[in-house]
Order: sequence, then C-alpha cells, then structure tokens
Amino acid sequence: MVELSALFHGFSVVLTPFNIMLMMIGIVLGVIIGVLPGLGGANGVAILLPLTFTMPPTSAIIMLSCIYWGALFGGAITSILFNIPGEPWSVATTFDGYPMAQQGRAGEALTAAFTSSFIGALVAVVMITFLAPLVAQFALQFGPPEFFSVYLLTFCSFIGMGKGSPFKTLAAMTLGFALAAVGMDTVTGQLRLIFGFTDLMRGFDFLIAVIGLFGIGEILLSMEEGLSFTGKTAKIDPKIVLETWKKLPRYWLTSIRSCLIGCWMGITPGGATPASFMSYGVAKRMSKDGDKFGTGQIEGVIAPETAAHAAGTSALLPMLALGIPGSPTAAVLLGGLLIWGLQPGPLLFVEQKDFVWGLIASMYLGNLAGLIIVLTCVPLFAAILRIPFSIIAPVIIVICAIGAYTVHNAMLDIWFMLLFGVIGYVFKKLDYPLAPLVLALVLGDRAEDSFRQSMLISQGEVSVFFSNWLVGGITALSLVMLFWPLISKVQSRLRAG
Amino acid sequence: MKSDNEAPAGAGISTRTMEMVVAAVLFTVGAIVVFDSYRLGSKWGSDGPESGYFPFYIGVLISGSSIVNFVQALRAPRATDTGLFVAWGPLKLVLTVLIPAAFYVLGVKFFGIYLASAVYIAIFMVWLGKYSWLRSIMVGLAVNVSFFLMFEVWFRVPLYKGTLDPLQFIGY
Amino acid sequence: MDNSMTSRFTAKSWLVAVAFAVMAPAFGAGWEPTKPVEFVVPAGTGGGADQMARLLQGVISKNNLMKQPLIVVNKSGGAGAEGFLAIKEAKGDPNKIIITLSNLFTTPLATGVPFNWKDLTPVAMLALDQFVLWVNAETPYKTAKDYLDAVKAAGPNKFKMGGTGSKQEDQIITVAIEKAAGVKFIYIPFKGGGDVAVQLVGKHIDSSVNNPIEAVAQWRAGKLRPLCVFDDTRMPYKTKVTETMSWYDIPTCKEAGVATDYVMLRGIFMPGGATREQVDYYVDLFKRVRETADWKKFMEDGAFNTTFMSGPEYTKWVEKAETTHRELMREAGFLAKP
Repeated sequence: MVELSALFHGFSVVLTPFNIMLMMIGIVLGVIIGVLPGLGGANGVAILLPLTFTMPPTSAIIMLSCIYWGALFGGAITSILFNIPGEPWSVATTFDGYPMAQQGRAGEALTAAFTSSFIGALVAVVMITFLAPLVAQFALQFGPPEFFSVYLLTFCSFIGMGKGSPFKTLAAMTLGFALAAVGMDTVTGQLRLIFGFTDLMRGFDFLIAVIGLFGIGEILLSMEEGLSFTGKTAKIDPKIVLETWKKLPRYWLTSIRSCLIGCWMGITPGGATPASFMSYGVAKRMSKDGDKFGTGQIEGVIAPETAAHAAGTSALLPMLALGIPGSPTAAVLLGGLLIWGLQPGPLLFVEQKDFVWGLIASMYLGNLAGLIIVLTCVPLFAAILRIPFSIIAPVIIVICAIGAYTVHNAMLDIWFMLLFGVIGYVFKKLDYPLAPLVLALVLGDRAEDSFRQSMLISQGEVSVFFSNWLVGGITALSLVMLFWPLISKVQSRLRAG
Repeated sequence: MKSDNEAPAGAGISTRTMEMVVAAVLFTVGAIVVFDSYRLGSKWGSDGPESGYFPFYIGVLISGSSIVNFVQALRAPRATDTGLFVAWGPLKLVLTVLIPAAFYVLGVKFFGIYLASAVYIAIFMVWLGKYSWLRSIMVGLAVNVSFFLMFEVWFRVPLYKGTLDPLQFIGY
Repeated sequence: MDNSMTSRFTAKSWLVAVAFAVMAPAFGAGWEPTKPVEFVVPAGTGGGADQMARLLQGVISKNNLMKQPLIVVNKSGGAGAEGFLAIKEAKGDPNKIIITLSNLFTTPLATGVPFNWKDLTPVAMLALDQFVLWVNAETPYKTAKDYLDAVKAAGPNKFKMGGTGSKQEDQIITVAIEKAAGVKFIYIPFKGGGDVAVQLVGKHIDSSVNNPIEAVAQWRAGKLRPLCVFDDTRMPYKTKVTETMSWYDIPTCKEAGVATDYVMLRGIFMPGGATREQVDYYVDLFKRVRETADWKKFMEDGAFNTTFMSGPEYTKWVEKAETTHRELMREAGFLAKP
C-alpha cells in the first residue's frame, strides 16, 4: 500500500487554502470553456499556462487540471439544453439528453450527466492511483494494427442498430468517411479531394460539422414547428438532483461497463470521443430498453458521459507515464510540464513524487469540487431554457459561428457550418441518420491511417489483424458486434425451437 | 412523420421529390469522390492501399446507395400519399431564419464577428420576437461585449475581425 | 484586394503614430506591436514546434519581454501549408509571426502548394534541431554499424523505420541512410514524434530518427538507445542525461560510417513586406529570450544546436537549406508531379 501513503501525502500537499481557491477558479473557468464550443479545454489550458508560472508547479497543475475537469463537465450542458455539443465527446450525450430536455426533464438529464461524469472520472483516477505502471505497460502493446481493431470495434458496436433504411445509413456513413478523407493523406503526404482549393486543405473538422448538423439543424427544425420552444417550462426545483440520484443506482451495470470502456479507450489512447460513442452503442444493445434509446432515456445519457470522463481522465496517464498525450488538452498540459522543467515519461513517477501525487490527489478533489459546483447550478442551467426562442436562437447561431470559426480561425468554416445546418435539417426530416455520419467523420481518417500503417508493417498481409491475441481478440469481438443482430436472431430461434 | 395540419394539403415540397433531390446530390458527391480518387491511384499497391483506394470505394458506396434511395423514392406511392417534406408555410418560417443567417455570415466576413453578431441579434429580436428596438440593441450589445471580454481579453482567442475591421480602434 | 491592404496598412501605421504620441516618449524610436501578436505554429499541438512556441510564449510573458501578449495559434492543415498560406496572405501585417520547421521547404516541394519562403520575411534562427538514430534498448545493437549491418543482412523491406509525416524530414533522412548504407527500410509515417517514440518502445517499429526532445524521456528511463546523431559534430552538452551517458557521448553518424547529416531549422518568419524596424523589434525580442534561464534549460534538455542568426546571414542560410532540400527530395523522388 505504498500508493495509499503516497496519496495521503498528496492530499496534504493539495489541501491548502490557496490551492483550494485555485481549484474553484479552475472549475468555473473550465465550465465556461466547456459550454462555449469556440473554446476547447486546450485553449483554456494554453492561455492560462503563462499565468501559472508565478505559482509553484504543483499549484499550477492543480488549477490547470481543474480547468480540464470543468471543461469535461461543461461539455454536457449545451448538448443537453440546445443539442449543441460543446466538445466532441459530448455528441453522444445529445442523442438522449436533448430529447429529455425537450420533454421538460433538463434538470434530470443534467444531474445524470454530471453524476456519471464524476463516477467515470473517479474510477479512472482510482485506476491511475493503483495501476499506473501496469496500465502504462498495457498501452505500449498498441501498435497500428491494434489501433485499427479498436476503431473497427467502435464502428461495429455502433452500426447495425439503426431502425431506418439501411441504404440511408450507408449513404450517411460513407458521406462521413468521404468528408474525413478531404485534406492531406498522412501516409503518402498527398492532398486528396481538394480540387485545387487550398482552403479545403485543412479538411472538414468534426466540430464544424457537428455544430452545423446538430445545432443549426435543430434551430431550423424548431423554427419550422413555429417558434415552438418559446420558453420551455423547465422544472427548476433544487430537489431534482436528489430525485434523479434515487433513480441512478438502477443503472449500475451500464455505469460499470461504460467505466471499463472509457478507461480502456483513454489509455490506448483512443480518446474520449470514440469512448462515448462505443459506450452508447454497447449500452443500447445491452439495455432492456435499447429500442427506446434516442427518445430521452436516462441510460443514454449515463453511458456516454461516464465513458467520456473515464477516458478523459485516464488519458492523462499515458501523458504522465509515457509522455504521449491522449488528447489535445493533454498535449498542452504536456507542454506546461516541460516548461516547469518536469519531464513526462517513465521517470516522472520516481523523480517527482510530490508533483505526481499532488496531481493525482487534485484529481480526486477537483472532481468532487467540480461535481458540487455544477450540481448546485443545475437549476440555473435548466432555467436557461426559459429564455424565449427569439432571443436564444440568434445567440445560439452566434455561438455556433464563433465555435466554427475558432476551430481553424477560418472564415470559410462559418459558411460550411451553415451548409451543414441545412444538411442536418434535410437529413433529419428524411430519416438519414446523423450519428453514423458524425462517427465516420471523427474516426474515418484515423481508422484509415492505422489500417494503412498496418499494411505497411505487414507488407500487405491482412492477416496482421489476427497476428496476436490482443489484436485478434479485438477484431473478433468487432465481428461479433457487427453480426450481433444475426446472432441474437439465431439464438432466439434456437431457444424457441 | 411530422404532419402539418395547418397547411392545406398538397401545398409544399413533397417528401418524394426531396428524397430524389437528396439522392441525386449524394450521387454526384460520390461521383466526384470516385473521380478524384481514381486520379490519385486507387489500387492495392505492393505495400497496401494507395491514397485513393479507400475514398474510391467510399465514393462508389455513396453513389450506389444513392441510386437505391433514388429508386426507392421513385417507386414510392404518389406524392400525396407519402406526405409533405415541408409545407410552404413552415418553409417560409425556416427561410426567415436561414436567409438572415446567411446575411449574417456575409456580415461577419466584412464587419467581423462582434459587430455583425450584435446587429444580427438585435434585428432577429425585433423582427421575430417583436421586442422594442432599445431592448434588442441592448441585448445584442451586452451579449457581444461579454463575448469580446471572454474571448479577446480573457482567453486571448482572436476572433474574426472582418475585411473592413471597423473595430480596429479598440486595438485588438 | 491589394488596395484595401495598403489602405489598411497605412491606417495601422497612423494608429501606431498616434499610439506613440500618447505613450511616454521614453520608448524612443523603433516599432512595437500595437495589438496581440499571433504566433502561428504550422504543426499540431504537442509536437516539437508547438512545444517551442508555447515555451516562448511562457518565457516572454513570465519575463515581461513584450507589452502585448503573444498568442499561439496552431494551423497544421496540409502538413503546415495552412499556416504558411495564412502568413503569406497577411502580407504587411507586423502583428503575426510564424515558427518554422523543415516543412517550410518540404511541404511546397512535395505538394505543389503555391508557397515559398520568399513570400515571408526571415526574422531569426532560434536554434537547429538535431536528429538521432534510436533503437529499442532491448535490442542487441550497440552502434549504428551493428544495426545497419543487421538491416543489410536481413535484406530489403524487413526492418521498420518510424517517422513523423510523409515526405518530410524523417523520411528524407531515412532515404539518405538507405543511400549511404545500401539498405532498404519500410518507412511508416505517424502523426507526431511522441507517437513514434512510444511505438519504438512498444517494439512496433525497429528504429526511429526522433529529435532528442521527443525521445529523451524514454532514453532516460532506459527504454531507448541512441546510436548516432545526424550532424558533422557531436552535440556539445556534457552533463550526464542517463547514468552513464551525456548527449556528447553519442557519436556522429559519420564516425559510425554513415555519412549523413541533417539539421532542422527552428526559425522565426514574418509576413512579407515587413519594415526594418519591425524585423529589428522581433530580433531584439528573441535575443532577450535567449538570455533567459528557462530558454537555456530548454535548449539543453532538447540538446539543440543553439546557433543564432538574423539578417542577411540568416537569409543566406535559408536559401542554402532550400537548395539542399530540393536536391534531397529530388533524389528521393518526393517532388510533386507538375
């Protein structure tokens, strides 16, 4: 139990009034960052990094990591209230969170989201505390074929569950893949599908598409229904938190499953976004109410949020232990460590005990502080829905425009956002599913890269995806997932017969 | 799907037409992807797929599934039975948001995000919300001043200032 | 377009004049930024250029070297072409600077994107980044010769070399080694240098040509082993990095029998059409940065070659480097098809 005593030492380092104040400031800033799609966690951390040089490194990293927590919490707020994911990993939260808000259950959805975020992060921190060296070793097992099999698993756990026309699903998904392919091909360095337009070189960013498809598309839809959400009567009863908590234990299995998915994807480093999608997909398959997913199921909020946070948190581990950041935000934190003269890598845990355990202790406390802050604000957030549509709609469009612009600092992206808004409106009305499109857009190029890297390694042998137990296992699991509907059909027939 | 009981039957764009239009557009997109991928090389080379290999088949799949969707729409019963994609009334409402939004983006291009946004919010409120000019302008300004403080001053994220940059005198 | 640019520019210089009239005359002559300076990084977050830019941002604000803040903006699209084109378009705007890596030369040559360093105003060379040949510490290869002999004995396309990006510096060096040693690697491109180092630790690849800073943590932890540095002299840092070795103890590849040298520019450029005063301001700024302890420590941690250049000397260096790159890339067959 060396870890425990080290952890308690860490708590004693963290628990000073100054550090606690920094934690609070960090959380609040983080929530703001998470709410505005224009500001990512990476922005906030990067911009505040210089301010933190006057503090001791441990205090500084506490504040920065609290910004990170705050941003993770904040991402869920706009997803649930307005169908606009503030961060990429909140997309899956919109699937059920937004319908819940539409039914006047915004408080419930927010409470569920925040609580499951907290649980996901907590499990990941516990894992970091006790299993750090072991887990870092596991992360090293991941080469290109393993990465590809993980992406394959994400796709397979997500597709084949839509109810609409399979050809529409196929069209939407392949459109996502095509959009992901625009820009530079990492493997050969060739520019693809840009037709001489240098503006297309940067490709279609996932956030721009999502802001347009979901955010703008939703505004157009509600406009068509005639200014419908003119001040939703959202319940702003503070008791909503406690009431929701009573319901949550029922979904313990979903939580555990999502934590596992999240931790695993955070370490590998698949990242929080695929983790949230995969977890949603798996929850939908495994749940009794799987068919009702997408209509405002609380389970559909718990699953992606838990996984996203478990992943976001465990992504810090490869950064500390291996020096590879699991997310852009972690990458900026990494830069910060270097400036403070702390070299992330296998020796950080040996040479900088105070710092590492201070950080880990601050993960526990920061998370708890974050949960308390955001939960007390649930009624406040829910009350935003009371603002009349004719005020909130233009503000949302402005926020969307800012968000689209800041991704690449490109004016053209605002036009694309508007275009995606129209696409989102039309697709939604014609029952083209948006989720496969978004998933393909976010994972398409990564999946292709790792596939082709694998092919380079094996010199064109596809059998590389079954070359060892790890990659073979994941690939096999993906295939099972892909043919799950068939398998379950056969199963039930056998049972009946 | 959603039915529009207030609009007179038959007045609007039919779902069938829209299905066919979307399928046709997607088919074209797929064809463009196939074309460019072919140019890049779409074979399985000695060490794995070339640059255009995946996009090529993705393009084929887009076009292929669009053909199926097109035919399905074509074979569907007459327009009146499948219902409306959108009736003229609601479409007009959608356009009252969409067209000003397009003008807004155009405004951003010339006058930058802050100014264009303030004007846009104010006009939207007056026009669709029937608020008084004073109140609308106040909200527009307040929202954008807070964005300005948040992005430029606090987080130091420079937002687009427009080709004319009318707010240059502030010094950001 | 051009007209509006010039009018915008004169408006700006007018503003500068006003600003100076208002400010205390103690500042004397010379130009200073009038608004936050955008520091473009033509690469993604977390890479070598990004780390250096963020360090500069930190050092400058910590030591109050600039009145206006410096804001780091990543524009990594199209192997950095996005960032270079943005600076090219910002002709005459002195409130923008860009940090370069070798993609200043390789990106336009490999992709045919309409851009050349001559569209920019060279400011200063901050440092030169080294490249080191690394293998996993568990492999038996103690010297570059051991390793390359093994590669040769195994035959072509058996050993895997990992690197950052395609047709960029890492692959150029790989091709140069292949030529010099008469071997053939499988080159596998990854997104960032950190990824490459970890892939090497995990034995998914056999060797890498990481920059020192990208692999130093793994070296210190005893996971990687440096074989040789691609420069004509050894790195000067004699402080022990691991228990037994310092950067200086790594032989040059020439000593090891592979006559390959390659260094990467870490330099600063401004948009075209900058005035003398504006360039001087930034040169002076970076000179002061070089004096700080933080910068010196960063240079040593990353084993950088700390050559500093500005003015005509720098321009000449860049010109020469461009010729070298064109030559190397032509030999490797990486030039864009016209």
